[in-house]
Amino acid sequence: MATIEDLSKYVIKGNVAKTKKLTQALIDEGAAPLEIINQGLIAGMNVVGVRFKNGEMFVPEVMVAAKAMSQGIEMVEPLIVEGEMPSAGKVLLGTVKGDLHDIGKNLVGIMLESSGYTVIDIGIDKAPEAFIEAIKEHQPQIMGMSALLTTTMLHMKDTIELMKEEGLGNVKAIVGGAPISQDFADEVGADGFAPDAASAVDLCNSLLS
Amino acid sequence: MLVVGELINASRKAIGEAIKAQDKAAIQKVALDQWEAGADYIDVNAGIFVGKEADYLTWLVKLVQEATDNAPCCIDSPDPKAIEQALSVHNGIAMINSISLEKERYEAIMPVIAGTDLKVVALCMSDEGMPETADERLAIADKLINDIVKNNVPLDNIYVDPLVQPVSTKDTFGLEFLDAVEAIMKKFEGVHTICGLSNISYGLPLRKVLNQNFAVMAISRGLDGLIINPLDKQMMANIIIAETLIGRDSYCSNYLTAYRSGKFE
Repeated sequence: MATIEDLSKYVIKGNVAKTKKLTQALIDEGAAPLEIINQGLIAGMNVVGVRFKNGEMFVPEVMVAAKAMSQGIEMVEPLIVEGEMPSAGKVLLGTVKGDLHDIGKNLVGIMLESSGYTVIDIGIDKAPEAFIEAIKEHQPQIMGMSALLTTTMLHMKDTIELMKEEGLGNVKAIVGGAPISQDFADEVGADGFAPDAASAVDLCNSLLS
Repeated sequence: MLVVGELINASRKAIGEAIKAQDKAAIQKVALDQWEAGADYIDVNAGIFVGKEADYLTWLVKLVQEATDNAPCCIDSPDPKAIEQALSVHNGIAMINSISLEKERYEAIMPVIAGTDLKVVALCMSDEGMPETADERLAIADKLINDIVKNNVPLDNIYVDPLVQPVSTKDTFGLEFLDAVEAIMKKFEGVHTICGLSNISYGLPLRKVLNQNFAVMAISRGLDGLIINPLDKQMMANIIIAETLIGRDSYCSNYLTAYRSGKFE
């Protein structure tokens, strides 16, 4: 008989077909929807996150595991009463103005979603005003900015300053990207910096604890 | 094959610190090592130093050329003022890295290169985002090449960078890049193609091996410029071998010279 532990294993292996099949079997057997998500799908992805951070698993493996997880969640979601779906918090992500890079940002989004966060991704090349507008609309606890270019990273400062001017200083601002350092994060007044996608999850956890 | 030595880049920690400390000897050693390893151009980048980029870039050009008996530099900056200042002390013909179809960068760099004999890297990127397919790259290259030529830069001085993206994030990214190299080299006879390689292996282990193999594959499609670490001996050996195999080495003389000088050991 299929078990929730098996489901975690298929997520870790990145086996999308078997993850879906087993999720359906568990639903048919009457397993609690939240348990399928938390003990099965997300638990598997948590293992992937740790292994990724330790250098034992790699980007494509993370991506296919995340695909397995999210397709499983999609099947279970309709069975969950609205409001019951747990969320570790809401994080808004975007790449700053003039910067078209999205791979790092997308990875951060995948890792956060895998850890139970609700992620709002506003995309690339976003001016400070676009971040502010999105924060007002979605009301996240954390706003994450990505920049891959030394020419665009200064827009992080503009966005953080505008947030304060607009009275949104209670939203935590975090930053990341190849040219970003802790020093730079301090300089622009960010609440946190993470050097990679897996560390970004730890950072969000500690900011919200 | 035109090799640009990529090591003098301020976003690499050791170089950033050496620039900050104004450590002449450290910079000059990296310059000379790359030059002796066979680099044709030495890239200089001081991008992380906001406000001081122009001065640092100029300082780097002077140091590099002093250490190498005037090796030409590849001036790596989006800022026309920083480029002009660095060019004012540069001896010989520099390469500018880079122009693209992104409006801001295009308008900043075109006046710097127009009507000059500078070499220029033309990066396949536009305000619409990063190209994913070979066709998208070719469309950007087409527009860039035509615009640059109209601004009186000969085709032979244009090095199109079709933009390498990580194969770890989409399995077609390697192939689309290779197809783009071939298409650009066929469609615009006389133009060059160049790329930095390291993006291809992002997110994967043993990146060096992936980079080395991808270089060979790109050369086999016509690539004739690389922005790399010339101190990577295997990479440099691979390049010589690939060029011999693809017919760019008359009577295999480069191959044999390299063999005799111990480059394959």
